[in-house]
Amino acid sequence: MNPFSPSRRAFLNRSTVGIGSLALTHRLLADSALSDRWTGAIKPHHAPKAKRVIFLCQAGGPSHLETFDYKPKLDELNGQPMPESFTKGQPIAQLQNAKELKILGHQHKFVRAGQSGQTICDQFPHIAKIADDIAIVKSMTTMQINHDPAHTFMNCGTQISGRPCMGSWIQYGLGSEAEDLPGFVVLTSVGGGQNQPIASRQWHSGFLPSRFQGVQFHSTGDPVLYVGNPKGVSRDDQREVVDAVNALNRSRHEMVDDPEILTRITQYEMAFRMQASVPELTDLSGEPQHVLDLYGAKPGDGSFASNCLLARRLAERGVRFIHLYHRGWDHHGNVKGGIETTSKLVDRGTWALIEDLKQRDMLKDTLIVWGGEFGRTPMAQGTGRDHHIKGFSIFLAGAGIKGGVSHGETDELGYNAVIDKVSVHDLHATMLHLLGIDHERFTYRFQGLDMRLTGVEHARVVSEILA
Amino acid sequence: MNIRCLHLGTLLVLASGLSDTVSAEAAAGGDRPSFRRDVRPILSDKCFSCHGPDENTREADLRLDTPEGARADLGGYAAIVPGNLEKSELIQRIITDNADDLMPPEKFHKPLTAAEFDTLKRWVASGGEYESHWAYTPITRAAAPDAEEPGFVRNDIDRFLLAAQRAHGLRPAGEADRRTLIRRLYLDLTGLPPSPETVAAFEKNDSPTAYEELVDELLRSKHFGERMAIFWLDLVRYADTIGYHSDNYMEVSAYRDYVIDAFNENLTYDRFTLEQLAGDLLPEATQRQRIASGYNRLLQTTEEGGAQPKEYMAIYAADRVRNVSEVWLGSTLGCAQCHDHKYDPFTMRDFYSMAAFFADIDENAVGKRQPNLKLPTPEEEAEMADLKARIEAGALVKVLGRDAALAGKVAAAQKQWEAEQVGRIGQSQGDWKPVKPEGLKSSGGQDLKVQPDGSVLASGPRNPNQDNYTAVIKASGKVTGLRLEALTHESLTKKSLARGNGNFVITNLVVTAGGKPVKIAAAAADYEQPGYPVAHLIDADPKTGWAGNGHVEAKNRTAVLTFAEPVDLGAGGELKVDLHHQSPYSQHHLGRFRLSVTESAKPEVKPGADIPLDLIEAIAVAPDQRTPAQRDALAAHYQTVAPDLEPHRRDLATWQKRLEDIDKGLRTMLVSASLKEPRMTRVLDRGNWMDESGDEVQPRLPEFLAGQEPAAGRATRLDLARWITSPDNPLTARAFMNRLWKLYFGKGISPDVGDLGGQGKMPTHPELLDWLAAEFRDGGWDVKRMVKLIVTSGAYRQSSVGEAAVREKDPGNVWLARQGRWRLEAELVRDTSLEVAGLLVDDTGGKSVKPYQPAKFWQHLNFPAREWENSKGQDLYRRGLYTFWCRSFPHPAMTAFDAPSREECTAERPRSNTPQQALVLLNDPVYVEASRAFAARIARQPADDSGKLAWAWEAATGRPAAENERTILAQLLASQQKRYAADTESAKLLLATGDSPAPADVDPAQLAAWTQVARAILNAYETTSRF
Repeated sequence: MNPFSPSRRAFLNRSTVGIGSLALTHRLLADSALSDRWTGAIKPHHAPKAKRVIFLCQAGGPSHLETFDYKPKLDELNGQPMPESFTKGQPIAQLQNAKELKILGHQHKFVRAGQSGQTICDQFPHIAKIADDIAIVKSMTTMQINHDPAHTFMNCGTQISGRPCMGSWIQYGLGSEAEDLPGFVVLTSVGGGQNQPIASRQWHSGFLPSRFQGVQFHSTGDPVLYVGNPKGVSRDDQREVVDAVNALNRSRHEMVDDPEILTRITQYEMAFRMQASVPELTDLSGEPQHVLDLYGAKPGDGSFASNCLLARRLAERGVRFIHLYHRGWDHHGNVKGGIETTSKLVDRGTWALIEDLKQRDMLKDTLIVWGGEFGRTPMAQGTGRDHHIKGFSIFLAGAGIKGGVSHGETDELGYNAVIDKVSVHDLHATMLHLLGIDHERFTYRFQGLDMRLTGVEHARVVSEILA
Repeated sequence: MNIRCLHLGTLLVLASGLSDTVSAEAAAGGDRPSFRRDVRPILSDKCFSCHGPDENTREADLRLDTPEGARADLGGYAAIVPGNLEKSELIQRIITDNADDLMPPEKFHKPLTAAEFDTLKRWVASGGEYESHWAYTPITRAAAPDAEEPGFVRNDIDRFLLAAQRAHGLRPAGEADRRTLIRRLYLDLTGLPPSPETVAAFEKNDSPTAYEELVDELLRSKHFGERMAIFWLDLVRYADTIGYHSDNYMEVSAYRDYVIDAFNENLTYDRFTLEQLAGDLLPEATQRQRIASGYNRLLQTTEEGGAQPKEYMAIYAADRVRNVSEVWLGSTLGCAQCHDHKYDPFTMRDFYSMAAFFADIDENAVGKRQPNLKLPTPEEEAEMADLKARIEAGALVKVLGRDAALAGKVAAAQKQWEAEQVGRIGQSQGDWKPVKPEGLKSSGGQDLKVQPDGSVLASGPRNPNQDNYTAVIKASGKVTGLRLEALTHESLTKKSLARGNGNFVITNLVVTAGGKPVKIAAAAADYEQPGYPVAHLIDADPKTGWAGNGHVEAKNRTAVLTFAEPVDLGAGGELKVDLHHQSPYSQHHLGRFRLSVTESAKPEVKPGADIPLDLIEAIAVAPDQRTPAQRDALAAHYQTVAPDLEPHRRDLATWQKRLEDIDKGLRTMLVSASLKEPRMTRVLDRGNWMDESGDEVQPRLPEFLAGQEPAAGRATRLDLARWITSPDNPLTARAFMNRLWKLYFGKGISPDVGDLGGQGKMPTHPELLDWLAAEFRDGGWDVKRMVKLIVTSGAYRQSSVGEAAVREKDPGNVWLARQGRWRLEAELVRDTSLEVAGLLVDDTGGKSVKPYQPAKFWQHLNFPAREWENSKGQDLYRRGLYTFWCRSFPHPAMTAFDAPSREECTAERPRSNTPQQALVLLNDPVYVEASRAFAARIARQPADDSGKLAWAWEAATGRPAAENERTILAQLLASQQKRYAADTESAKLLLATGDSPAPADVDPAQLAAWTQVARAILNAYETTSRF
């Protein structure tokens, strides 16, 4: 059919509520009539460095003081009262009723790693090996001090529910190169700390059309919900049913000339293809043993390491945004032991993913982000640390990122980010920049407003960490 | 109109999307653009952000949202000089080549289009007149245009539409065929498809009133309220969980049922509004009105440890303002949380003053929502009344009063019992005196509570592995020893001695007097568990201890410590007793214990009396010398232990337990309740809850809309509700009618049903919207009347296909020269499939239900971790709107079809078309089971295969199958019959899907093949679509 026919346009208009005129035009030009792959609402504003993003979300709030932010003064003052000048009038989470706030020194040693000599906690020996590949931002700040809203803020740039997350934004803007897979995939793993809940709002498309929401892959049951045939129905049987459905739909279309029905037909084809491609993708047993060993992954174990390997497979197949969550960093008590445990679950997989991508020459156009929703207090909560939003660390690697650098600093006790502060909106602006998007020009009309991922406050691209 | 103008207009239509009706209108307009329709949207979108209502971000002291601002002398020049393009700075700034002067500035990325530029020029040239924003002007009821067309015009709605169609060179589509009409009406009004018999009867019925009668019948259907509820529950963000973090369950389903009933009973919209916002404040509020006020409790809340109460109170306040303004006013007042509204005349003060209306609502900031209304069913109510009556009549005193023989027996037994107790207490100075400890502490956070008999009972949510108790006892004289009794209790494990496995290990017992440890000479006990002798109590070794074998037998144990020297406490002093439980066995701390002191020279190991301490005195008095009070107290206590009364006590306990169980299982509700003193509300600068410098505000209506002055005293939610539905409020009726229209045509008259404000969209038919709003308001806010008016219009009855030429001309269907067509809402996709299958259970209301959901879908919920448990039996086949709505993880089959999470107001669901939808309809067990049930219905039709196929298609779509459709289905059937005949194992597997049993009277291979055909039919687009 002619993609410019009025009915086709009418369909586009209806099925993508409110997409602006540019999006529509681009869509019309880019789409062939019968492929329903979304190719993006915008054209890149500049040449992109990154084709895809793998966000390794360390959920629960890893302690920056036991990962990347070394403060000798903290050890010096271990056990001393925290100066009130730091904490007065500051938001505080579980320590809000504490009688006295005392400094807790680093619970692990730090080492100098790589040519660059980055300081990295000795519990992360594998990440230390890629010190020269990563840019550590030590001056992150966020606005939300509790897990749920902090994740929402980290993902959506606002705490208000019902707004799209970054994966949805990026998928909406740039579309996907994956033929038989969703363009935005979410993988989860657990272990090493209090398993704070993660809500599906974290990968929701909010006011963007729902096709842009993240599709969660599961390690038990169907890898994607409802992707398995009913019992007693073979792939051939399913093919026959799908063929009949599509034939019935074509018949109806001939009667009423409704383009929505044509879309339905392509969606059934896509669904049928996914029924084969998803199990193939998620079956790691075909990976050579040396690759499984590299990650320390066992097929089907649902571990962070397996998810890292899955992330690589998704990246290879053109998925635009891959969001891993590891729920295991909420170390209110025994941060020493907690870090020991969680780091063992995460350290190797992180390194292996970056190594593997490098070996496949994919790191150059894959942006890796590693970090949690906030950091943890320099003050003790018993033997642990409480939530902290005024300064924490994350790292980035891959496409367009300068390796072996650190950016920004917290004060001498690791409390406030004081030099080169980076906000969540700055991080988003930087990620978008690497994907070829000017965050100020990337908007979507909702409730009469041109909404953007980076909000209305000023946000800046952290150019210092760009290669 | 000149040619250039036409050209620009055409471009504009293409450039700005097809639903952009404003542009389409502009294309048809003349030289004089309408401020309201053409100009204001441009100024609002491109200029108001810096030159609008928000004073704080206003640049160059220029505001363009008022005529005064636009024409103000800014020092020798003005933004707009009516009629003079050269002198109008606004025009000069948009045509300038100088990048520094250009407006809007380049960095905003909002350049004017050629058409917009042209519109502004023509507007200034023609006088630059301002009009107020359409939605804020009073609703006026325009007379319908004088347009007639036989076969189309059935009421005034059609006249408005027809006039606009004609103005755009269009004419209405013909009426849809009767099969399409009845199916459309059924789906739109009840959310369920008609049965094939109903369709056939309607097709044959040529009475001129048949259509109207059908409408009346469907408006009377109990399913009408269910269908309307889906629409309303999205707006008010109704859900079954609290939303944030742990996202635990909250029971508010009675509110959902209230909404269903309200629509079914056609409660007027003003009343509906009043009851939801302030039902609890109505004089003599009924239970139903209180349930309605649960609206104020539907918002998202948190239980997260470490959440800051003040922050969350601010979040809740903002949530309520956003919701009430979006639901009732179609306004985005929520935008004024951090700054004055950029596009509408709402101020920050308006925002916080609106929040203040809700500051009286009694709720905790962080923590579990405690239900504050119980809703017994009539059966439960009756049983509770019966139990209460039994309990009252079964009181032991009454039993004894009725049965003299029993009373005599009990009295005799009491005497004996008294003698025994007296023996235990002893009479002399030297015997044990039980003491009520004070200053009780549990290092592990257990609750230690003193009982009437002086014993201490451990309980509470915490039950640590190790625990140390501290008790302070007050005594006098020369204390020579301490007695510790470990006592059984029914609340303890195995009704024994401790909360862990029933046994205790006390590793050390330390007595302190005047800050110094009391030296202990000896320890003795009436029982020592092998390996745990009582001597270990005083050996200062935390690894050893005295134990009581409580995990094996539930018996009281007594230990006695004899002090090396008497401790002289004089007329009154204190002893501190520390009981350490540091054994490696977890939770081996005493569940119940009692301390006694003595002045005896030789403290003896004997158990204490089994009576409340305040009876010790009474029991010691000779029976004939007791006061009446003492007599009664002793008798009353004895009745609680008398063996002869045991059966009666057991009955009482059973009834009491049943009563408590019923009470615990009652359906409850979170409703609004008012604090005596409403919380203080202040303006939070930039929305920052930590900033306490803002002004305190009182409840007040948005200033520019308010109308009359508020009454004296603090305004309440009642005042708010009355203002919302006052005839002068320009927004309420427009917002509701715009959304109601969308239910029946697929889009609003103002296309943005979420925002009627300045950044919303101009209505395509403003006069029609106002006419509807006026009809609604002046006709007593009668919802069903308005629905009927709409669905009996000629416009509604049009075909949704229309002529190709019309579709070409108006692809976005702006002018409604045909009906809308769309895939059904998520809930209705389910309902329709189950109804066609004959599986739907059409009970109304009740607690939410849990249809099949993939296992572990809730694995990322925590505090506590939990698993979705599928409902059983009939509850698996209820309508979609009764599905348990978890905000963090809504049912994935619902989400796939665009059901919202209900975290925020949803005025418009997207209508997506995705592979996930295909996967749900193909593979979700409920659709497989529905296909099997449908297959059984088909297989039982008294016809040959071809007749069965014909029946099946008609049952699902309401129309006879075309020849080619029959062929498609017949081929599938034949192929699958062959396949399953050869593989009955697979057939059985397929038929085993779902909880309901497969029918036994149909051959499995046949039924499996028909199931595959049924799957194809249920998956066909038409089955779950509305045309």
